[in-house]
Amino acid sequence: MAVAEETERGEPAAETAGRPAEPWVPTVIAEDLDIVYRVYGGSKGKGSATAALNRIVRRKPGGGVREIHAVKGVSFTAYRGQAIGLIGSNGSGKSTLLKAIAGLLPAESGKVYSDGQPSLLGVNAAMMSDLTGERNVILGGLAMGMSREEIQARYQGIVDFSGIQDKGDFITLPMRTYSSGMAARLRFSIAAAKQHDVLMIDEALATGDKKFQKRSEARIRELRKEAGTVFLVSHNNKSIRDTCERVLWLEKGKLVQDGPTEEVLKEYEKFTGK
Amino acid sequence: MTLRSVRTRVSKVSETSHQGAADVTPPPSPDDRLSSAELAAKYGLSVSGARPSLVEYVRQLWSRRHFILAFSRAKLTAQYSQAKLGQLWQVATPLLNAAVYFFIFGILLGGRKGTPGGQENYIPFLVTGVFVFTFTQTSVLNGVRAISSNLGLVRALHFPRAALPISISLQQLQQLLYSMIVLVVILLGFGQFPTWSWLIAVPALGCQLLFNTGMALIMARMGSKTPDLAQLMPFVMRTWMYASGVMFPLDYMLRVRAGAPEWLISVAQCNPAAVYMDLMRYAFIDDFTGAYLPPHVWVLALGWGLLVGIGGFVFFWKAEERYGRG
Repeated sequence: MAVAEETERGEPAAETAGRPAEPWVPTVIAEDLDIVYRVYGGSKGKGSATAALNRIVRRKPGGGVREIHAVKGVSFTAYRGQAIGLIGSNGSGKSTLLKAIAGLLPAESGKVYSDGQPSLLGVNAAMMSDLTGERNVILGGLAMGMSREEIQARYQGIVDFSGIQDKGDFITLPMRTYSSGMAARLRFSIAAAKQHDVLMIDEALATGDKKFQKRSEARIRELRKEAGTVFLVSHNNKSIRDTCERVLWLEKGKLVQDGPTEEVLKEYEKFTGK
Repeated sequence: MTLRSVRTRVSKVSETSHQGAADVTPPPSPDDRLSSAELAAKYGLSVSGARPSLVEYVRQLWSRRHFILAFSRAKLTAQYSQAKLGQLWQVATPLLNAAVYFFIFGILLGGRKGTPGGQENYIPFLVTGVFVFTFTQTSVLNGVRAISSNLGLVRALHFPRAALPISISLQQLQQLLYSMIVLVVILLGFGQFPTWSWLIAVPALGCQLLFNTGMALIMARMGSKTPDLAQLMPFVMRTWMYASGVMFPLDYMLRVRAGAPEWLISVAQCNPAAVYMDLMRYAFIDDFTGAYLPPHVWVLALGWGLLVGIGGFVFFWKAEERYGRG
């Protein structure tokens, strides 16, 4: 991180990629952020009722708790209009960091400040699978705080954008009948319908097909133009290159590098041996 | 600015960035001297995921009232969407429950003895009890999973989390209204005709709804922290059911059959489930007179509702920022 800062400070900004011309306005500030998960001694799974009782009885209080230090001392400041990519190998703490920015995971130490309410969009963010796509659109919109009229006005746009009607009348079918790609597309369309101050996307683009990926990348750029900040987690370096101008590289919970996309990706590709 | 132009600009940055001329961090400015907290204050940023004040929380919840209603209705229809008989199960499930209890407790174990007004009142007595208790029971049992079964929604979208348990108790209210149709048919079949006293059911249900919502909120917070409760609670609820006199007259069973001490009988009669059941029976069954109700029954009904309802809400709000953890 320090490296990146030194090289850029003092350089007059020649390019203003996707960033409005106004002065730099911070939207997310992470300060020495630490996140620790507590996992209870591997007693997972839902057995029968008696097995659950048995576990409660046998579990020693305080025993068997494992702590997982997922994010260690991460600091950065994100500015309005930036699209920031998060890279790193599996389990490096990218998704955890996003959850903390969204305010979904309490920080162990350090703080995250944000502008408005950051929204996280992830692949596993399942909606209600027993309900039709139509109902999910309405419910999702209401949950995001849109009014009924607003949803009505945007409904067609959301459905068209998701493109799930291309293959027939799928919107009136329960979401459990959708393929994973279709469900991810609909979820992205719902979340993208609203203007977010800070939008975080966790691998959502990987599930859609080529056509949808193109469309969603365009939508991300639009969202960015609407003065928001976009975070994108992806293992696809190309989609990071196409959408982000800044990249944070996390490894084992630590911020390895923070800088312009090409610079960080070059190091990262060297690291992964690509 | 068209999309195309954005795209070319972005690619230009990529080209120039390896010369070290990119601009992802700002030029030097007076802001550099500020600490993170001061910088955040200057630009009006707030701590991410901080819990809103109680008043603000209620306001947020009110602004999502359409979501709460839509969610409870959607859950209700989704519940049986995989069953062939579909929504018919809304009424069939409570009816089958009542049939089982009638067979076991009414016929095999002789629970009909001591029913107010004689044994022919047993079926209305039993069905009213089963439906009213089921209302509380399912609110509690579904409340435990309110957060954990909607974790996807909780992690994806921002809304006051209390919307989930509240919509669960509203969903159960709608379910109960379906059951009420069955109940009315049964009552008519047993010669209980509508009187003004039926209106007592409305405030009684109101108090119970408040109580159930509080219970759902409490269970939702506890269930999000200790998922094992989902396994444990069925036992607790069954014990509660037997202790509240759903399928037998509580007073008769404890006093005459078991010879229980007076204080135990009072405790059993004042427990919220028994209070709400007896109020409904008082409303619907002519022979179930005020003599069968515990003293100060309305104080108890409203008191339990307010205590658990408000207490549960505050208890749930206290952990608002932690529900996404799962």
